Amino acid sequence: MPLTATRRVTLGLVLLAAVCLLFGDFEISTHDPWHALGRLFMGLIQPDFSRVDFLGEALLRTVAFAFVGVGLGAAAGMLLALLFRYFWVRTFCAFIRAIHELFWALIFLQSFGLHPITGVLAIAIPYAGTFAKVYAEILDECDPQPERTLPQRAGRLSALVYTRISQAWPHLVSYTAYRLECGLRSSAVIGFVGMPTLGFHLAGAFAQGHYGTVGALLLLFYALIASLRLWARPRLLPVYLLASPFLLGTGLPIMWSNVSRFFTHDIVPAPLRRGEGLEGLWPWFSDLLLGQALPGIWNTLLLTQIALVLTGVLAMTLFPLISHHFTGRHFTGRVRGAIGHGILVVMRSTPEYLLAFILLQLWGPSMLPAVVALALHNGGIIGHLVGRRSNEIPLRQDAPGGMNRYAYEVAPRVYGPFLALLFYRWEIIMRETAILGILGIATLGFYVDSAIQELRFDRAMVLILITALLNIGVDILARHLRARLHLSHTARSEP
Amino acid sequence: MTVLALHDAVATYGEVRVLGPLSLTLAPGERVALVGRSGVGKSTLLSVMYDRWRDQGAALMPQDLGLVATLSVFHNVYMGRLDRHPWWRNLLTLVRPRPRDVTEVGALLTRLGLEDKLWTPCGELSGGQRQRVAVARVIHQDGGILLADEPVSALDGPLSEVTLTALTDAYPTAVLAMHDVDLALRYCSRVIGIQDGAIAIDQPSHRLSATDLLPLY
Repeated sequence: MPLTATRRVTLGLVLLAAVCLLFGDFEISTHDPWHALGRLFMGLIQPDFSRVDFLGEALLRTVAFAFVGVGLGAAAGMLLALLFRYFWVRTFCAFIRAIHELFWALIFLQSFGLHPITGVLAIAIPYAGTFAKVYAEILDECDPQPERTLPQRAGRLSALVYTRISQAWPHLVSYTAYRLECGLRSSAVIGFVGMPTLGFHLAGAFAQGHYGTVGALLLLFYALIASLRLWARPRLLPVYLLASPFLLGTGLPIMWSNVSRFFTHDIVPAPLRRGEGLEGLWPWFSDLLLGQALPGIWNTLLLTQIALVLTGVLAMTLFPLISHHFTGRHFTGRVRGAIGHGILVVMRSTPEYLLAFILLQLWGPSMLPAVVALALHNGGIIGHLVGRRSNEIPLRQDAPGGMNRYAYEVAPRVYGPFLALLFYRWEIIMRETAILGILGIATLGFYVDSAIQELRFDRAMVLILITALLNIGVDILARHLRARLHLSHTARSEP
Repeated sequence: MTVLALHDAVATYGEVRVLGPLSLTLAPGERVALVGRSGVGKSTLLSVMYDRWRDQGAALMPQDLGLVATLSVFHNVYMGRLDRHPWWRNLLTLVRPRPRDVTEVGALLTRLGLEDKLWTPCGELSGGQRQRVAVARVIHQDGGILLADEPVSALDGPLSEVTLTALTDAYPTAVLAMHDVDLALRYCSRVIGIQDGAIAIDQPSHRLSATDLLPLY
């Protein structure tokens, strides 16, 4: 039997992941992992909601940072989307979204310090890059006919608003709402580097061993995301957007001397700063490349590859949970479907970073927590989308049941869209893999974080740039594979 | 208004020439019906005319209407005059239309039998209703010449007469692609028949009868 292109690519990715497994480091090093897991589990069943002020502040700040960051990102993204036909705008957007919000947060922490603007910019900048790309795609898909029928001298802004934006409005709104959900996750995660959001409080509760509080924080976070559709009503959005800037907390004042020193002095490569000129630059750079960048890249690629394949396996295993071809359409089927939905919602609502942080506390440092966290979160997202897709497939009445139905009727039909989604998430998985290094796994983020700890911001910046280039490279590879396998699926197919 | 003219106009689809070369002139006050078998190039000819005469205030009603499904009937009609108002007023109108505009558009819609649909999104209308919204838009636009592609194809009987009367009242100068030969002869002063990408008949309507046009089909 000849191998189709799709099968060859799948096999290649799986084989590569298997080889990577040999080189990876997967061990549970904590003394008693199951005990810790048990305590966390007890914390989730018996959450401690007694510290109301503490929990309330965590949630309020998380929501406020998400609204301000996503709001600014969306506004800037729309402006950039209108200029997206220019090459330099597309490149600029690809670059700013290739840098993870936590890296942005680390950069601004060194300049603006613990001021709210650090958190706001950390979310707004990468989100602006993503919004620009997706908004531009959405606007491009509009019917051009209404614009053609307009009177000749209608102003460009009026024409844009009445024709393209009006037509695209439902899509723009639903995508922005989806990104608001992502923004809540990002906002929670930037707490881990010191912003006053959920991650900050979660890390504190973990450090003190207050598992009841950890449980309460996690449950409140799920409730917040699950109820998003209920409280983020379109009519209330202006109120939230106006109020949020005042709810960010005060943080610490900005030291402007720090800001200027950071951008004009700290991030200039050390040899240039010392006046050694370009001759001094090469040894400095090759030292950085060989000692940190290459090991970081190697580990990042290794982990990404394993996480990618595990994500795929998980997604293809879990999507039947919400597919009515498997749960059935009658009452019990709907109940089973609802439970399946619940599982996938929890999986995709937990940010990878938060999950990796928890697993790392339980299992100790190795690649295992990172791979599991990445696979659970991304597998949940892709499983959800593939399941929804499978529900659109009509099966013939006499279609086989059970495993035969999965293997012959459903899986072959959803495999193309599944691969497209997986390739789309490839870049995201890699960006997250790099960032998980901050937790102590030796990916690029680890070296960035160490350089910052040592106050070598010039090295940190170069490493962040390398990470961004790696992400852009993987995105190009994924796009190339999508085109070669004729998989058409745009970014908008996100949940 | 000056005489409008096309000189040796051609239209190609990829490598294939679908229309022309053809020349014609159009005097102010002349209403031309374009007739011919479907696929003969009437829409293409209208499109060529629009590209040439856009600067001279031509208003276009394309066959697929060019409505924005997510906007209300009022806003779709208002779009005909986006060029008459400053941008900030257009933005404001999206949120809060001015009573004067509403009255004006409302009167136009009443004439076309759509008075109860003023705030309905165009996506929720039937084919015939949508066609009348597009008619209302070009009338509201009040351009110098109308280029309309099958403006009443989805309407029947009295409704198509009412609509054509409204259109021709607003536009003494017009080019209408029509498949209904009787309507074409009654509402237009001149008939141009297209065949094989060229003009086969070009006569004042009073000299023609429906049977004269049969060879075109």
